[in-house]
Amino acid sequence: MARVTTAVAGRPAGPAARRGSGLIGEYLPAAVVFIAAIGLWEAFVFGFNIQFYLLPAPHVIVQAFRDNAAVLVGVGLYTFKEALAGYALGCGLGVLAAMASSRSPAFADLVLPYAIASASVPIIALAPLAIVWFGVAQGSKIAIVTLMTFFPTFISTVRGLLSVQPQSLELMRSYAAGEWQTFVKLRLPASLPYMFNAFKVGTTLSMIGAVVSEFFGGPERSLGVYISSKAALFRTREAWAAILIACALGLSFYLVVVLVERLVMPWHASTRKT
Amino acid sequence: MNGPIIEVRDVGKVFGRGAGVTHALEGTSLAIEPGEFISIIGPSGCGKSTLLRIVGDLVEPSSGAVTIKGKSPHQARLDRDYGIVFQTPVLYEWRTVLRNVELPLEVMGRPRSEWHGRAETMLQLVGLQAFQQHYPWQLSGGMQQRVAIARALVFNPSILLMDEPFGALDELTRERLNLELLSIWSQTSATVLFITHSISEAVFLSSRVMVMSPRPGRIERTVTIDLPRPRTAHTRATPRFFDLVTKVREGLREDPAVAAGRDVVEEGA
Repeated sequence: MARVTTAVAGRPAGPAARRGSGLIGEYLPAAVVFIAAIGLWEAFVFGFNIQFYLLPAPHVIVQAFRDNAAVLVGVGLYTFKEALAGYALGCGLGVLAAMASSRSPAFADLVLPYAIASASVPIIALAPLAIVWFGVAQGSKIAIVTLMTFFPTFISTVRGLLSVQPQSLELMRSYAAGEWQTFVKLRLPASLPYMFNAFKVGTTLSMIGAVVSEFFGGPERSLGVYISSKAALFRTREAWAAILIACALGLSFYLVVVLVERLVMPWHASTRKT
Repeated sequence: MNGPIIEVRDVGKVFGRGAGVTHALEGTSLAIEPGEFISIIGPSGCGKSTLLRIVGDLVEPSSGAVTIKGKSPHQARLDRDYGIVFQTPVLYEWRTVLRNVELPLEVMGRPRSEWHGRAETMLQLVGLQAFQQHYPWQLSGGMQQRVAIARALVFNPSILLMDEPFGALDELTRERLNLELLSIWSQTSATVLFITHSISEAVFLSSRVMVMSPRPGRIERTVTIDLPRPRTAHTRATPRFFDLVTKVREGLREDPAVAAGRDVVEEGA
């Protein structure tokens, strides 16, 4: 047994052992930077005597948030639901379309350039048209978010599914594995890192898509309309408070997806360090 | 079934066409008896890996015929007659060591109840039972290749195809794995077809060493290795070992044109 233990001497037993410790150390610098930035912001506003309607100090924004918490959470969740629905549709359809088209690498090569071109189109520019097509309510916003998240997911997933090492495929071939088995046991897990990259980018895109779509028209109780109407009235502290909740929702969404990623891929390089 | 378990008759392989054509193999014949440990040695690019891949039905030959247990390589692959080990471990990084070894059993639809036990036994055989729950990246290169060997043998194939399995490892690790491979092999009844470019490795492991010439690849001579078994680290220090290494080396150095004049082709060709 000696020969076995020497090979990895000094290495911790598993991924679990290396996480946990140093969690504070890992996030401390970021926390310090955050607090310093808030402090600088406060100092800037007071030091240069900036009018609050131009740029409210952080504590004013927090105050405005407290005063309007119920309304803000309401509009925030309303818009987040659009983002979430569009995200689920866009990611889901993106993965499905990628699975279908990667069955034939030649077909995937054919559609990929168009998908990349579509992904670089500012889809948000379609938001006014989406209102014409799907109405002023949540439907048009969900449609925009779906489009915005679809293309990155599709592109990444196709790349992931086609990125499988030839020898990994040969191994499956040597087992006389069927196409379905090769897909489930090799292609799909091998493409998970690519998919999660798109899923992570998609969280941000979906919040942007939903809020900006609402700028072009939406119900009173949506985040985008709330921000634009408050800004139009120079009630910037409320607008900022709404931006704050948009940030909080977007960030939480992102972190949840990162958490899911870690649970689904405990083996992946991105979770090895720390 | 009597007779050779693997028979290669007059196999040729041509890659590309027109000006870019490469004759990887030409007129290659060999016969391997059940339970033999055969090494094919030759310089890089002599087509030895191509030969192994033809036997494994991963590549189609351009000419000639291969029979495995009296069947076509295609049928042999469908019958899961062989396990294969590549130069790189080709472990699936999302699976733990244990689950990597279980993979063939899963794919082949063996009863779920036997996966764990069989995989565990194989890991014990390669000395990695303590690393079952590790992921491949947590293992050294030599350990990863041991997992690949365990995976190749877990479903009890009658043939083990090894394509320069230790080529990427350092000399010390390679020699240790050579010893381990022999001890594993002695516990199975598998016939081994082993590709290598290391003379001492080929001599140490094999019952016969086949020397290939490059472009077009063909088997120039066969050296029967009569070193007694079990072979140990000491075997490498015996005069007979040196004699055989020299013999193989001479075979490799020979002018292909001269060697072709007295072609050593296997029985059954």
